[in-house]
Amino acid sequence: MASLVALKGVSKTFDNGTLALERVDLAVTKGEFVSLLGPSGCGKSTALRILAGLLTPSDGTVEFAPGKPEIGFVFQEPTLMPWGPALTNARLPLDLKGINRGEANDRAARALKRVGLDGFEKSFPRELSGGMKMRVSIARAIAAEPELLLMDEPFAALDEMTRQTLNDDLLKLWEEDALTVVFVPVASRKRSRSRRTASARPATA
Amino acid sequence: MREWPKYVVPVALGALVIGLWQFLVRHYDVPVFVLPAPSDIANAFVTDFSTLMSALWTTFRIVVIAFALAVVSGVLLAVLFSQSRIIEYALYPYAVILQVTPIVAIAPLIIIWVHYENIDLALLILAWIVAFFPILANTTLGLRSADFNLIDLLKLYGASRWQILWRLQLPSTLPYLLGAMKVSGGLALIGSVVAEFAAGTGTATGLGWTITEAGNRLHIATMFAALAILAALGVTIFAVLSGLEWLLLHRWHESALKKEG
Repeated sequence: MASLVALKGVSKTFDNGTLALERVDLAVTKGEFVSLLGPSGCGKSTALRILAGLLTPSDGTVEFAPGKPEIGFVFQEPTLMPWGPALTNARLPLDLKGINRGEANDRAARALKRVGLDGFEKSFPRELSGGMKMRVSIARAIAAEPELLLMDEPFAALDEMTRQTLNDDLLKLWEEDALTVVFVPVASRKRSRSRRTASARPATA
Repeated sequence: MREWPKYVVPVALGALVIGLWQFLVRHYDVPVFVLPAPSDIANAFVTDFSTLMSALWTTFRIVVIAFALAVVSGVLLAVLFSQSRIIEYALYPYAVILQVTPIVAIAPLIIIWVHYENIDLALLILAWIVAFFPILANTTLGLRSADFNLIDLLKLYGASRWQILWRLQLPSTLPYLLGAMKVSGGLALIGSVVAEFAAGTGTATGLGWTITEAGNRLHIATMFAALAILAALGVTIFAVLSGLEWLLLHRWHESALKKEG
């Protein structure tokens, strides 16, 4: 099966000498939901950021299928712009692409609706709960209709119940949009519901 | 707590102090050239009204222009610094030197350089020098304080340098800039007045000159009147800038939010 994106022999050493990844191979097929498991410090975030192009590997390559896919990224923090309401935040990737304001507003509003924030378009981040801010962050990630969605412990800062709800909502989104998702969950002993998981151990373990 | 005590209490205290002052001066027959009573000051205010008002206008004009220049130049230079480390390393130390040099020392120099007839220009330059640095320092800090993850996110979506500056760094810097502006407004006023003192009498025509002149002629009541106007100007500048800060920040920044509950 063709990969949408693949890490081939990727190593990453940071400037301070830390070896984060050593010759990692990871192939992600289109339409998959992959979870990266492992304890803190084993390089999951690093791998994800390399997939996103936010970090360059020290060695090895990142290969994309032809026609580089649109990528969405969700951080552990909601990472919203506090000076604008939810709609402006969700609209960010569209604004950056130069899409006209009217259409951008529509698409952002639709994204907010899909994450269950209908009616909160004009609310500022400070008026929203942690879970709601996270939903805005996800809406922003899907507003540009990405093919590949990368999520780095997105629900870590939330309570267990909200986390469960958002996990379910995410799986629904994944199916509805035929997304490809690479997901780093909060490390736990629970069995993952992912169809496919990739585990890692830190080099020092 | 309700809002009104914030305004009523300081005014009530002021009224009390003025009342006490008036009483003590009259009771102990203090000469007017040592400490004028509030009534003497009020008299001087009326007598010298036109002189005081034209002096106020001169100082006000200089302060506003110097402040505006300080904000524009401070922000522009800070943006330049954020884009080029080399330029920052090159110029920042000189900005610091400019800031720590007492303007009373360099005032006579500046006045000579712009030629004696252009005294207003000299005052403008001196007021600008004092007001410039807080803007530069704070805006530089603010530009660097943008959320790193947001910068990463913008880069992920292919944002150019200017888009990152415009969409992220400048809005992030707003609280820092507004805070610096409140300080700079007052500094521009002080700078302008101190510069007039250093320029000496018979040349400038603002409030600083009025205070010096009145002092020389032992018109102490007039001097106090000028001082009172100066204080009122300072308070007004601060109030206007605080209002601007509230206007721009109250919807989203912690510093301007009302506490719920």
